[in-house]
Amino acid sequence: MTAERKMRINDVQVKFEEGETVLACARRAGVRIPTLCHFDGLSDIGACRLCLVEVEGSAQLAASCVTRAEPGMVIRCHTTRLAEYRKVILELLLAERNHVCSVCVANGNCELQDLATEHQIDHVRFDYQFPALGVDLSHGQFGVDHNRCILCTRCVRVCDEIEGAHTWDVAGRGGTSRVITDLAQPWGESQTCTSCGKCVELCPTGALFPRGTSVGGLVRDRGRIELAMAHRRHESCHG
Amino acid sequence: MSRLRFATAWLAGCSGCHMSFLDLDEWLADLGRLVEIVYCPIIDVKEYPDHVDVALVEGAVANEDNREMARRIRDRTRVVVAFGDCAVTGNVTAMRNPLGSARTVLERSYLELPTLAPAIPAAPGILPVLEDRVRPLQEVIAVDGFLPGCPPPAGMIREFLEGVIAGGPPVARRPRFG
Ligand code: SF4
Ligand code: SF4
Ligand code: SF4
Repeated sequence: MTAERKMRINDVQVKFEEGETVLACARRAGVRIPTLCHFDGLSDIGACRLCLVEVEGSAQLAASCVTRAEPGMVIRCHTTRLAEYRKVILELLLAERNHVCSVCVANGNCELQDLATEHQIDHVRFDYQFPALGVDLSHGQFGVDHNRCILCTRCVRVCDEIEGAHTWDVAGRGGTSRVITDLAQPWGESQTCTSCGKCVELCPTGALFPRGTSVGGLVRDRGRIELAMAHRRHESCHG
Repeated sequence: MSRLRFATAWLAGCSGCHMSFLDLDEWLADLGRLVEIVYCPIIDVKEYPDHVDVALVEGAVANEDNREMARRIRDRTRVVVAFGDCAVTGNVTAMRNPLGSARTVLERSYLELPTLAPAIPAAPGILPVLEDRVRPLQEVIAVDGFLPGCPPPAGMIREFLEGVIAGGPPVARRPRFG
């Protein structure tokens, strides 16, 4: 006999389906766990670490997007320790590249900027790195500004898993990692890109944008892609 | 109770934060009654005075004058507040950092681009020497409070100051970059 599929998240009792992640259960229970690399319908990679939660009985924190719900699990999502870690993660992201919100296309429409506010970040406690990074405007419709990229790889996954083009990838290691199109060729010369715009739609920051977008001018309309993803989920269940 | 001795100062920023401060409109008159404004770019005091209780400091530290002023403010002020994104993050002022040293930027701006009489301006004692790296205020002096925004909206400045005047901590309730 299998144990009943029930767990506790922040003292809320939650029932779950076999194979569901802790993050999915939390969302269903109305418990907000912040995320950046996760996007509903894409595979999960546990890269941004914002969704870390405490699991009772375990000394390690768990990335809730890649942790399967187990019967009897007791999860805490909002302890002071987690709040501090999330703050540190966001501050490190802000310090790592050149985030100048005041002149950014995504100003006012950026998941990183919003999360910083949500976590009461009024300054960054780490020295800014000020790396020398470029902007690629070779594509006829879109641009990529590496100064704003947080390496969440949503672009990589949506292009591979939904569009099926696999134009994006990550090259390099550690602090020198960056997203590339094809074999690190200019985006405009990519043989694989279908110019569908999915990556631009899903980028959480100002790193990908339609060309000609001005400061604070980025508007996102994710409805179309969410529909495509729902369709894909439906197909994989019944196909 | 004696009134707080209040100052604002302007380092390497565009003065936009002070414009936003001026957007407080008639509340500035109230502020003038609540605190004693002892130093500010819009009042006629030349020297940063001693025994300041609270100072809003706009701008990053980009040259030797900014650095000296930042130190003076720290020495003479109880609560130093980084005022606006340039002071808090470096912001637009620090956008030259990834390009290299001050020399690289000066050469590009004053030697390579101009067509008329290219020369790097130099006037020792008059023109402050640029530092190689623009720094947010807290990389140069200890900072007690942060009020981000480019510029921080007037309402946020008011809320922040009302908190401090009431004896609360110098904390922005909903800080936001940009
Ligand atoms: S990507 Fe977001 S956090 Fe980064 S500069 Fe743009 S608005 Fe600010
Ligand atoms: S526009 Fe479409 S095909 Fe091109 S890189 Fe983005 S997701 Fe891939
Ligand atoms: S370009 Fe955007 S979507 Fe792609 S990794 Fe960078 S931040 Fe993420």
